[in-house]
Amino acid sequence: MSAPLFLVGNGAGFSGDRIDAPIPVVRTLVRRGLPAALFFEVLGERTVALAQLERRRDPEAGFEPMLERLIEPILKPCAENLIKIIGNFGGANPAAAARCIARIAVRQGLPDLKIGVVEGDDVRSALDLAALQPFEADATIDVEGRALVAANAYLDAQPIVDALRQGADVVVTGRTGDPSLALAPLIHHFGWSADDWQRLAAGATAGHLLECGSQICGGVFFDPGYKDIPDPANIGFPIAEVDEGGGLVLTKAEDTGGLVDLRTVKEQLLYEVHDPACYVTPDVTIDMTGISLEQEGPDRVRINGVRGLKRPEQIKVTACFEGGWLGEGEVSVAGPNCVARARAIADVLEERIRRRGLDVRSRVDIIGLASVHDSDDGALWRAHDGPEPRDLRIRLAAAGDSRDDADQAAREVLALLCCGPAGTGGARWRTTQRISTRSYLVPRASIRPSATCHTSGELAQ
Amino acid sequence: MSRENELVEVPLHEVAHARTGDKGNRINISLIPYKGEAYGLLGEQVTTERVHALFSHRGATSVRRYDLPLLEAYNFVVDDVLEGGVNTSLNLDGHGKTHSFRLLAMTVTVPRRLLADGSPWRKTDT
Repeated sequence: MSAPLFLVGNGAGFSGDRIDAPIPVVRTLVRRGLPAALFFEVLGERTVALAQLERRRDPEAGFEPMLERLIEPILKPCAENLIKIIGNFGGANPAAAARCIARIAVRQGLPDLKIGVVEGDDVRSALDLAALQPFEADATIDVEGRALVAANAYLDAQPIVDALRQGADVVVTGRTGDPSLALAPLIHHFGWSADDWQRLAAGATAGHLLECGSQICGGVFFDPGYKDIPDPANIGFPIAEVDEGGGLVLTKAEDTGGLVDLRTVKEQLLYEVHDPACYVTPDVTIDMTGISLEQEGPDRVRINGVRGLKRPEQIKVTACFEGGWLGEGEVSVAGPNCVARARAIADVLEERIRRRGLDVRSRVDIIGLASVHDSDDGALWRAHDGPEPRDLRIRLAAAGDSRDDADQAAREVLALLCCGPAGTGGARWRTTQRISTRSYLVPRASIRPSATCHTSGELAQ
Repeated sequence: MSRENELVEVPLHEVAHARTGDKGNRINISLIPYKGEAYGLLGEQVTTERVHALFSHRGATSVRRYDLPLLEAYNFVVDDVLEGGVNTSLNLDGHGKTHSFRLLAMTVTVPRRLLADGSPWRKTDT
């Protein structure tokens, strides 16, 4: 007899993920008939700040913009099959996200659905940032004089567990440790204690492997001829099978593309990891150095040897500041002598910014010679002496505190349509606000999260 | 010497796969050989010095390598390589997600049998 299992599926790995991805995950969870949860991770480092800016414009906004489209198709099957839904799709406004889900529930004939809301991650008014210790290398990030937009603590799994204990079918959070979103329903289901480091580490490892969605199922992985996957246009999202003792198998939604094998699991296990002996989450510290993997069957990998160490004493807080403006412009050249014309464009743009005295820090890329791997001074494309490509795209990026200067720099690219070298076309430009982030470590006791739970009927009013 | 044991100089891409992650102004790159037997050879040839040299034009200040023999994988951590990180970088790829393939362009010398199954170097005499 194998141990009873709990299944945790992932429905999104970032804001902007495929909105139809959760449907096959839920279908698989329903078909297997085991106790289960589905979680969404949609909050990147700066996403919460952008959400905070949205909320300033509209008090009922500031949560995941695709929330309705993600939730609508799966809410009813999850409610009917007692599959818990957990997500940090609350962004900067978890209460408004809960109301949005409540309205969907009522529309679908589920007025008694219980929706939990976790708050307390927003610490803008509670903490004096200037007095705090910056996180690791962030001490060098200069935020002097910058306006604070958001400051959020990475909450642990316990407030979500609290909401589940209150009977929540859906739990909406803002900033929470990403793995905690998957760990919470495991703690709730199996009754794991908050200092059972070994089991918590297995659950947090499941969360770590799941939280980027398709990245463990062939996303950010396929490389034609070397690492091929079935049906990359329909990569299935992942599901973890966890037992009470912390046994862990990674698999994926049925009837989908992609794959789960030793290669995908190794890549995702080390994704965004620095010291593998000490991967810190708010709930537990994971030591990955004893991990070994076993392919149990098609799209099934068992993770053995996870070791758990005590959780950190301090909690990470990420603060986001207004970071000035970024102007970007692009233009194309093609055909004979295009490299020389592209180089001439780079020279002209730099000279224009200099002559006009625009107060920006700038960079030129020649896309097709070198761009994403290059440095701000264009070391790679300036050194290029290979064969001439068929076409090139020149990109200017200019950042500064003045919106107008950044915008004027970008518009210099547009002006090249008439003033540039022969055969210049396809100009695009835009100017966007930037966000700067800096993280801090704060004592755990200074963070006071809360969990509340109401029916959709109550919240939808 | 049999053809399978013949040494070939190839891009790392023919021997291993990799993935980049970022945090602030720092990236990590995992490096995973297709054939477990290549793990030791890659350890000898893909040194922190060589990896640092790949990213010196970007101002990288240090490179650490974590060895994971049970997984037959390496994890490289490169500091200060994102020209300020996603917050302040002027680069299109502010997260540095594409850098795994800069690493995979580094050349290594391995016996032909350790090449990826899909590698064209398995079939030719380059």
